[in-house]
Amino acid sequence: MTSVFTATSVSRLYGAGRNTVVGLDEINLAVETGERLGVVGESGSGKSTLIRLLAGLDRPTRGEVRFDGELISGRPEHQLGFLRQGVQIVFQDPRSSLNPRMRVGDIITEPLRSPLLRGRPGVPVDKAARLAEVLEQVGLPTDSGRRHPHEFSGGQRQRIALARALAPRPRVLIADEPVSALDVSVRSQVINLLNDLVAEQDLTLVFVSHDLTVVRHLCDRVAVLQSGRIVERGLTAEVYAEPQEPYTQSLLEAVPRLPDPS
Amino acid sequence: MTEPVLEVAGLSVIFGNREPAVAGVSFAVEPGERVGLIGESGSGKSVTALAVMGLLPEQARTSGVVWLAGQPVLDRPDAELAALRGNRVSMIFQEPMTALDPTMKVGRQVAEVIGLHRRVARGQTRARVLEILDAVGLSGPARVANSYPHQLSGGQRQRVVVAMALVNTPDLVICDEPTTALDVTVQATVLSLLDSSLAEAGAGCLFISHDLAVVAQLCTRILVMLDGKIVEDAPLAQILAEPKHPYTRGLVATARIDQVPVGERLPTVADFWSRDGDVEEELR
Repeated sequence: MTSVFTATSVSRLYGAGRNTVVGLDEINLAVETGERLGVVGESGSGKSTLIRLLAGLDRPTRGEVRFDGELISGRPEHQLGFLRQGVQIVFQDPRSSLNPRMRVGDIITEPLRSPLLRGRPGVPVDKAARLAEVLEQVGLPTDSGRRHPHEFSGGQRQRIALARALAPRPRVLIADEPVSALDVSVRSQVINLLNDLVAEQDLTLVFVSHDLTVVRHLCDRVAVLQSGRIVERGLTAEVYAEPQEPYTQSLLEAVPRLPDPS
Repeated sequence: MTEPVLEVAGLSVIFGNREPAVAGVSFAVEPGERVGLIGESGSGKSVTALAVMGLLPEQARTSGVVWLAGQPVLDRPDAELAALRGNRVSMIFQEPMTALDPTMKVGRQVAEVIGLHRRVARGQTRARVLEILDAVGLSGPARVANSYPHQLSGGQRQRVVVAMALVNTPDLVICDEPTTALDVTVQATVLSLLDSSLAEAGAGCLFISHDLAVVAQLCTRILVMLDGKIVEDAPLAQILAEPKHPYTRGLVATARIDQVPVGERLPTVADFWSRDGDVEEELR
């Protein structure tokens, strides 16, 4: 198997001198083609920092990050077209990740108008056709494109964010806590949808969450982050069934559960 | 029998020309009882809580009756309600950062809640502040009291909010999604803190959440709210074992994803219930 992402001895420090805060500490990580990797940890454990580095939205202080074997860390944005086409992100809160002034159709097709992506092989040219296609894939009505984000519920807005991410036909989808701002009753719909889309389109998935029970349904492998280090990694089923680290155990035990049906 | 700390009868709330946000809701909370109010975003649960506290915006039109600690709430002047709030009844909101004043040290904010309702000698107020901060599990209460909210973590801030809600030993604490903005680990500690603090104070609780699994950690009775109405009102055990309303069945199923085998499609509310003929609503 070939690696989509490789991160080698990656550190990210914030601030300088005595006030330095370690965001990530000497991380080594490979994401293989077609795998579904869960990244789990508390707030401040470095999970968002990690995916920002993978997505080329931030630069490591030390170490290097590669996408498809090509170096991305430290390169200027205008050289990252291949990364922007290959990797798309869905963020936590669709209320803030969707521009309220834009129509949903313009939001979803915006990646297709980006100068970095336009004209690249594989990026759809017919924007209207692609819009109709992705709207159908995420289960939104075909006339959604003419409306504004505020006309949609939270779960529907996350579908819009997903449609935008899918528009340029990426091979990798990064999702940063995509269900934690949603009602529990909506959560399983979005997880089902993500599962279907990743399977149908052979996507590689990097899924960030603080909730291991959600990761269990989406990811075959998991990396547990604590204070900027990966403290445990392995197959999700094994980590979920027999966590080796006390920290992983505490994450699992903290998930509120209903009493067993009797 | 003692009278309930909260009694709501036929409460309706209407904003402008829209459908009622709350439509004829009735329930009661007995002394020391913990009642969970669950429902999706927009179901009217937060509006119900605001109505109970007399905190609705002025343009809201209300009808029905709300009795809080033996006193009517609706259409009362704000000055009279202020004597009730923070004293007999207190409220914990979702986002601790917005519930605290960023420009005031934490200790002074807690002291203010005491000073508003009690005549206490100055030295005693300080002692009571440190005592309650310690009681909610903040290590180094003196240091915390001298901190500004931004110097504390999210979990510590929510502990401070819990301390403020409990410092005057109220009869009823209304919690509106108090752990939704928190991590699972912090959520677990705040829930167990609420559990022990409520028990110690003997306070009743109206706990509002969209998450049945969270509500189940604290409450013994559940009210299920849908489109401004309470569609089910039953003890927790009964809700879990034999939910009557199809919507409740959906909520129970979606809260149990830890029991679904990996690879299986997760159950959704739409599998059990949908608004008649409205396809878009099913997408929610």
